[in-house]
Amino acid sequence: MTTTAPASLTAAELSAIRDDFPLLERTVRGGRPLVYLDSAATSQKPECVTDAEQDFYLRRNAAVHRGAHQLAEEATEAYERARAAVAGLVGVGTGEIVWTKNATEAINLVAYAMSNATLGRGGEAAAALRLGPGDEIVVTEAEHHANLVPWQELCARTGATLRWLGVTDEGRIDVGTLGVINERTRLVAFAHASNVTGAIAPVTQIVAAARAVGALVLLDACQSVPHLPVDLRALDVDFAAFSGHKMLGPTGIGVLYGRADLLAAMPPFLTGGSMVEVVTMESTTYAPPPQRFEAGTQMVAQTVGLNAAADYLAELGMPALAAHEAELTEHLVRGVAGIDGVRVLGPTDATDRLAVVAFDVAGVHPHDVGQILDDAGIAIRVGHHCAQPVHRRLGVHASARASASIYTTHDEIETFLEHLAGVRSFFGLGGSRG
Amino acid sequence: MADAMEQLYQQVILDHAREKHGFGLAPGAAGESFQVNPTCGDEVRLRVHLAEGTAAPVIERVSWEGLGCSISQASLSVLSDLVAGADVTRADQLTETFRALMAGRGQPLDAEREDLLGDAGAFVGVAKYPARIKCALLGWMALRDALAHALTEPSTVTPD
Repeated sequence: MTTTAPASLTAAELSAIRDDFPLLERTVRGGRPLVYLDSAATSQKPECVTDAEQDFYLRRNAAVHRGAHQLAEEATEAYERARAAVAGLVGVGTGEIVWTKNATEAINLVAYAMSNATLGRGGEAAAALRLGPGDEIVVTEAEHHANLVPWQELCARTGATLRWLGVTDEGRIDVGTLGVINERTRLVAFAHASNVTGAIAPVTQIVAAARAVGALVLLDACQSVPHLPVDLRALDVDFAAFSGHKMLGPTGIGVLYGRADLLAAMPPFLTGGSMVEVVTMESTTYAPPPQRFEAGTQMVAQTVGLNAAADYLAELGMPALAAHEAELTEHLVRGVAGIDGVRVLGPTDATDRLAVVAFDVAGVHPHDVGQILDDAGIAIRVGHHCAQPVHRRLGVHASARASASIYTTHDEIETFLEHLAGVRSFFGLGGSRG
Repeated sequence: MADAMEQLYQQVILDHAREKHGFGLAPGAAGESFQVNPTCGDEVRLRVHLAEGTAAPVIERVSWEGLGCSISQASLSVLSDLVAGADVTRADQLTETFRALMAGRGQPLDAEREDLLGDAGAFVGVAKYPARIKCALLGWMALRDALAHALTEPSTVTPD
């Protein structure tokens, strides 16, 4: 816990960061400078990430964990070094990081491991992961579909019951519903920060409630790891999932963190080559974690790219980046909330909140909002952002969403706000900045 | 606002999006279809009402309800005007012509087909934006599906 606010980025530092992202210099829609406010969907990539991937392919490419030649050694070393870099960024042990193709696969890995444990796989060691009728899994109403549908499916396969914490009118997890977590709860899965409301979850309270009843905790850290200092050990979660592409890294690489003793007890999800010890025609013994969960040829170049992204974030310093983004959050939330006819779907104060701001423009469908902004070179997200239930909860069908990252400037937010203020009048409705 | 947006959101489109001809589900339909656009969650329920006493099936009118952007709502409104009184052949012809317009990357159709489409020709600008083509086609997909139900499953009429 920090007691003094860390220094934000200076103008020169921010400018230097932007120089690392060639895409930010491009123009769109007939020469308009790009204003990229869709980083919650995917971040842009600094050149060091693409350089690292290219260097790997051009000079060190080989399959990992097999082969006795020098290239295989170098590729394996790069692959494992990346694991250490990512583990270091989130404060866990290197052997507790499992590579997946994305965060969705990371969550499914846990769900299917529990499913397999329920079928008896993993033996008595995995007994704590078994589920059955009477057991409950708890999520929240604010989850991304990736942290909801796998649990619905797991419940359907095992007879367990899915329950959820509610969401308040302002889009925060309703701690008044923590009573949903009870002695039947076996797992609590929730997002560290919502990809719709931007609200940061009351992790300490939820984890305490889960611990009090002996439930496991899985944290969807997709939105938090790219924007905040995250120490998974300090947060005391058992599992966490996040994606490479949202944290300046490549697509095709996701991360599962699992507490060492849990990973050791878990039966595998995907099976095949690379994850075995002894294979006979009758049966197979499995490698220890993390290899047990990394079947088949791995996405080595992507891990190397993600290593570069993790190093880049660590060198700039997550506290300084988070301080910059906190200022952007304030600007974005206040600005959007200050426009007549525009409602913020999420907290309107910048406390415990990320620069992810979904909003509803009265009388104008989100698609039309996005179209008008796109014409001005401003890239935002429209639709339900893979989170239909929280939209339903907040009384809308879909929304528009602006989201910032470390490279976003106040000028960009100002440009966005100016054009957003003109949307309703384009469609013959009133509206101006208050 | 820039010219590109004036071309996309032509006045006739904005008017239809507001007026929504055919809006409000009516009883007594011969066929119904529910369509969603999974990328944005937009949805429409559309009913085909057939005229009575005609030798070959004729669409008396369509009725619909839905949630969606101005493009999808205006497209449904225009569709409602165009297919009222059309026989099945003409409805198919209108659907195919509108699909051709959407596949044209913003190029207008020949004069004959433009005439056929009437107000629907205003959607020419939509075809320049691949993400929006589905919005414009949502209602037409519902029409085709509802019509197929109406012609093959006459027993599934909605209650009066």
